Amino acid sequence: MSKVRVVVGTRKGAFILTSDGKRQRWDVSDPHFAGWEIYHLKGSPADPNRLYASQSSGWFGQIIQRSDDGGKTWFTPGSKPDELTTPEGMPKGESNKFVYDTSPKTGKPLTTHQWYDGTPHPWEFKRVWHLEPSLTDADTVYAGVEDAALFRSLDGGQTWQEFAGLRGHGSGSSWQPGAGGMCLHTILLDPSNPKKIFIAISAAGVFRSDDAGKTWRPINRGLKSQYIPEPNAEVGHCVHRIAMHRSRPRVLFMQKHWDVMRSDDGGESWHEVSGNLPTDFGFPIDVHAHEPDTIYVVPIKSDSEHYPPDGKLRVYRSRTGGNEWEALTKGLPQRDCYVNVLRDAMAVDSLDPCGLYFGTTGGQVYASADAGDSWAPIVRDLPAVLSVEVQTLA
Amino acid sequence: MIRVVLPAHLRTLARVDGEVKLHVEGQVTQRSVLDALEARYPMLRGTVRDHVTQQRRAFVRFFACQHDLSHEPPDAPLPDEVATGAEPFMIVGAIAGG
Repeated sequence: MSKVRVVVGTRKGAFILTSDGKRQRWDVSDPHFAGWEIYHLKGSPADPNRLYASQSSGWFGQIIQRSDDGGKTWFTPGSKPDELTTPEGMPKGESNKFVYDTSPKTGKPLTTHQWYDGTPHPWEFKRVWHLEPSLTDADTVYAGVEDAALFRSLDGGQTWQEFAGLRGHGSGSSWQPGAGGMCLHTILLDPSNPKKIFIAISAAGVFRSDDAGKTWRPINRGLKSQYIPEPNAEVGHCVHRIAMHRSRPRVLFMQKHWDVMRSDDGGESWHEVSGNLPTDFGFPIDVHAHEPDTIYVVPIKSDSEHYPPDGKLRVYRSRTGGNEWEALTKGLPQRDCYVNVLRDAMAVDSLDPCGLYFGTTGGQVYASADAGDSWAPIVRDLPAVLSVEVQTLA
Repeated sequence: MIRVVLPAHLRTLARVDGEVKLHVEGQVTQRSVLDALEARYPMLRGTVRDHVTQQRRAFVRFFACQHDLSHEPPDAPLPDEVATGAEPFMIVGAIAGG
């Protein structure tokens, strides 16, 4: 019998929700890392017992946590007794050390980006927004951070190195933060080509590497953002999330600040597929596990009113890869609902029928075991949900 | 032995209960105490001081003997009461936020 494990990051800790393949009855764990912000946690596709978590606070900064037993116990990588010292006798404890590369060879001494007022501002590490474990190696994991940069660990999270070619590709000094900070929030690894990586930054846009992270270029042609000085600019777009189906990695879907977009050529060009959505502002976007043209968004009223239109929480599904959307409402509150669903707070499992999950800033985690046709809350009263991921376990 | 009181979240992270007792070589200063603390509990690196600049994090304060020592130079001697273990060196998370 299959099982599913939903891992939830919140403003005040992480929670692990488990069920069998029917996805009707759920066990909800006690909080892990109670009191800390958990921006994201995710399991390794190569080893389902390996999980990584980004734990942070305004007081004590960034912590990286790792579990090797499916989330039962956690430790900071490099802090086990046999890992505590290097051969030279120096303590490690560097799993939370994210240092920007400013070497002339790789980092091209890039030390500033644009601040909100357009003045140069020093690059300052604030937190890890997103952890993306490798598809094939449990010890390899990527981290998207604020201020925007991409790091990778090859030793299970003990140490981190920046892919400096991203910030240093040319436009980095012109990047500006969005309202939520200048974060690298999405990392997509191409299952068909280990050298191809897509990332997205608010508010810079989407970037692609074809050489495993060494060099990068912006891929934002077709995006139009009326809120920036040059609406068709090469960079500067507030991309909220991108998604792909693993069987068709050249097709990408995007929820932008406004507009739902699609690319059929690996990001070379984008076109709008907002169609009949009641509003095309939103944060998450995801793809059905078995139907590459079935996609999901959660429309939000506007950039200043971060809640569903008309107080009705509705997931919208398109079975045509965009443009034609249907509202999914069964089991979701259809009055007086004013929560938000953040960019990393939606996930799909790989069971049949496909399961969908999303969490809200009101602390609810909703699940659908029938591809979105009907919904029920797994839990209603968690702290504000920042991220939701799911593992389908044999 | 130097006595150090950690805030609750850092006690959880370091997996300790109550005060931490540290042996500090040489002069007892903020820097030498924090160096000893981080050597014993590497998971605390970066949580009290920035990894790179070694500056105190903005919402962390250092108290001892009913004085706020947060703005004292890191190599200034700590009070004798701390050096002798009569009083603890307190690392405090600022009261802020929700």
